[in-house]
Amino acid sequence: MTKSKKLRKNNVENNVEAMEQGWAIMEEGIAKLKNILEELESQFSSEEYMRLYTTMFNLAGRNNIDDDYICQQLYNNYKESVQAYIMSTVNPSLRDKHDEFMLRELVRRWSDHKVMVKWLSRFLSYLDRYFVVRKKVESVKDLGFSCFRDMAYGEVKHKAKDAVIALINKEREGGQIDRALLKNVLDVFVEMGKGEIEFYTDDFEDAMLKDTAHYYSRKASQWIFQDSCPDYMLKVEECLKTEKNRVSHYLHSSSETKLLEQVENELLVVYANQLLEKETGCRALLRDDKVDELSRMYRLFHNIPKGLEEVAKIFKEHVHSEGLMAIQMIEDATCNKTEKAGGARGEHALMTTFIELHNKYSAYTTGCFCNNAVLHKALKQAFESFCNQVVCGTSNADHLASYCDYILKKGGSEKISDEAIDESMDKIVKLLAYISDKDLFAEFSRKKLSRRLLFDRNVNDDHERLFLTKLKQQCGGQFTSKMEGMVTDLALAKENQNQFHEYLINNNAAIPGMDLTVNVLTTGFWPTYKTCDLRLPAEMVKCVQVFKEHYEAKTKHRKLTWIYSLGTCSINGKFDSKTIELVVGTYQGAVLLLFNDAQRLSYSDIKTQLNFEDDDLMRVLHSLSCSKYKILKKDPDSKFVSPNDYFEFNSKFTDKMRRIRIPLPVVDDRKKVIQDVDNDRRYSIDAALVRIMKGRKILGHQQLILECVEMLSNMFKPDVKVIKKRIEDLLARDYLERDAENPNLYKYVA
Amino acid sequence: MPRASSRKGPTNSTASGNSSAVDLFRAASGKAASKELERIDQLFYSYSSNSCGMIDPEGIESLCSDLEVDHTDVRILMLAWKMQAEKQGYFTLDEWRSGLKGLRVDTTLKLKKALPDLEKEVRRPPNFANFYSFAFRYCLTEEKQKTVDIESICILLDLILGSVFRPQVDLLTQYLKIQSDYKVINMDQWMGFYRFCNEISFPDLSNYDPDLAWPLILDNFVDWLRSDRA
Repeated sequence: MTKSKKLRKNNVENNVEAMEQGWAIMEEGIAKLKNILEELESQFSSEEYMRLYTTMFNLAGRNNIDDDYICQQLYNNYKESVQAYIMSTVNPSLRDKHDEFMLRELVRRWSDHKVMVKWLSRFLSYLDRYFVVRKKVESVKDLGFSCFRDMAYGEVKHKAKDAVIALINKEREGGQIDRALLKNVLDVFVEMGKGEIEFYTDDFEDAMLKDTAHYYSRKASQWIFQDSCPDYMLKVEECLKTEKNRVSHYLHSSSETKLLEQVENELLVVYANQLLEKETGCRALLRDDKVDELSRMYRLFHNIPKGLEEVAKIFKEHVHSEGLMAIQMIEDATCNKTEKAGGARGEHALMTTFIELHNKYSAYTTGCFCNNAVLHKALKQAFESFCNQVVCGTSNADHLASYCDYILKKGGSEKISDEAIDESMDKIVKLLAYISDKDLFAEFSRKKLSRRLLFDRNVNDDHERLFLTKLKQQCGGQFTSKMEGMVTDLALAKENQNQFHEYLINNNAAIPGMDLTVNVLTTGFWPTYKTCDLRLPAEMVKCVQVFKEHYEAKTKHRKLTWIYSLGTCSINGKFDSKTIELVVGTYQGAVLLLFNDAQRLSYSDIKTQLNFEDDDLMRVLHSLSCSKYKILKKDPDSKFVSPNDYFEFNSKFTDKMRRIRIPLPVVDDRKKVIQDVDNDRRYSIDAALVRIMKGRKILGHQQLILECVEMLSNMFKPDVKVIKKRIEDLLARDYLERDAENPNLYKYVA
Repeated sequence: MPRASSRKGPTNSTASGNSSAVDLFRAASGKAASKELERIDQLFYSYSSNSCGMIDPEGIESLCSDLEVDHTDVRILMLAWKMQAEKQGYFTLDEWRSGLKGLRVDTTLKLKKALPDLEKEVRRPPNFANFYSFAFRYCLTEEKQKTVDIESICILLDLILGSVFRPQVDLLTQYLKIQSDYKVINMDQWMGFYRFCNEISFPDLSNYDPDLAWPLILDNFVDWLRSDRA
């Protein structure tokens, strides 16, 4: 017993002794390290290193894991040494310095400390391997760093932060600063976190951000009054650039977003409205077409929350007022001057102006505004707001249709190139998107198409089809099906004409007596035309008869209705001086042929013989006796035809041309078109309502109205009151019923 | 059945020679009921016209004078409702029977006394809506007729709703007479008037929402009222 006690006692005694001895050696090493750091000595020699390392290693080897006396001692001693070093050397040196000098000192001391800890942890590496793990304490290195952090950094961090911020502001004001130093200082902050960024954030970044905010807030409050909008924006852009640059040079990268956000907030968000509303602000830029400035505005406002809303609003208002101004100008210029309704040049000026406006502001949305959805929407709403106004007494659907007509006519007579036509058509279709009365446009177009196809010599089939294709893409097949039918009819008409010719050749009995061309039109596709029971002159009767026979032989089950108002004929007028070929409408031809058998006829004679209606007859006679070419003499020679007039063949008539056209002016049936479209709309609404209810079975009132408007939006914008009336009608006709419990609910009645 | 026996008072003309109480009860109720029916029928025939076998307008006129009620009085309409009379101006035997049985009367005097109760009954909420729509249907005299002319509607509104919704009825009838969008009123619109009076605060109209499914004629009425004010 005595032996082991003694052994143990000896062991303990030996350990203490060994510890004292070993540590003394270590202390020498530490002192040498300090000197190395102060550059008073050079590096450890390899022998010195080995001695220190081995001493520690041996010491640690004597450690008994039951009490860990040795290792604990070593660990504690190490800690105390480091702390003592900091207290005696590091902190005093930091305390007596300020600003930049202090920062430099901090950087130096941290660097030194890292070196010291590195060496010491090498010597004490045995501790890390076993003792640290077992006791779950900080590693030797970490312990060293923690001491610095808590004692040195902890004391000086506020001063350091303030000094850094001061330097940043100095740089902002244009001063030169040592960027490398700042980077090093901030690296210290970062490294304090040992992988986590929180020390940097808490001890530096937060304060820096606040300070930045103050700084820019002050600047902004000056600039906003002094500078024009473009100048202010330039400054903002510059500031953002500078701050970004700052981050890349010495701030931690994680600060970038937050920093820029602060700047944007103080410079833009706070003053957004004021900036935009300045006299030199958004409105002025739009007015003066300052594309660059607008691009800058977009770039800046794009990043801030809800930034573009206000810009979009101003943009919309601007475009809207431009549209209204254009309309006003055109109304003043043309509508008040022309006598006839809708002077030709006026309409085209309106549409071309709209197209120009659209081009201009679309370019803005795709260019300056980078195709942003909010701005696109603003543009759309602006156009919708003025495209649906009535100009010069008629809606824009009508104007647009006239413009199309004009383009296609021009294309037919090759006054403009194919590319130009293609471009124009694209523009037209774009404008159509903004017009809510699309069905009205379709109807006007159809009427005009009909005139082109039937009367215009220069119809270009390809152009017509191209236009219809584009319309179909935009508005759907239902929109264009009738017009396509019309174009096809005319194409087929040529075929039929050949067949008719063959028939005439093969059939000797069939002699019309003159060159006859007949166009057979499918009723559903073409606009409805008034038929009248014209009593044709004998020559024409024969023609009709011959064709009828041919057609009936070819096709049964079809009924032919002759529309003479759409026909043309060429008649030779044998005047005294020379024979002139007159190209006139069938109505006019019929009247002229009467004068083959009579010298002088009264209005009523003509009326009875041909069975004309008054309004038609007046127009026809007017065109022949009171207009440019006076084929008939009128007695009395007044400006307008009256039922008491007498007419004679004007043998003295002549003209330098051998062939003249005498057109019959078109009756303005605009009101009728609008009326027809209105009627069709009622049916469309009914159909839509029934379709919706059939699918849903039960639906609330407001929902039904919404879905109905949605369903019809492609063609027109139905009036809510009209829809309500149609619903009531459907209720009365027992298609729908109200729910017994809830009067706002409708049920479909099967 | 027990009720019949409780009316032993008036029907005490029956000489009950029956033995057991139960028999008495049953016989009394049976006899009382059939006696009652007899009297109801008799009353019917006292007013009905021989040619058509129904009470015709003339008969109704005479009934009204016996009841001391004007024939345009709303209570006659209520009586027609009670009978579920189909044709305006005529009561059939079945209708008469069901009406008078429902009222538990079999003489003119009793009928006259029952009129206030009838009125109360009709004015009770579930019945009133029923009565209101009945009133419209009662005016549809022609076969397949679905609408009633404005003039009659105004009279009807006054008659039926006038006592409860005087201001609304006055303004509504005024409007109906001067507007020209509608020459006749259909059932849906008619029911709409009733809903309007019940639900919409008057005269401020603060809770009227034209986006809801009110008949268009009421939207126009409200517009007119609001513009009139302004």
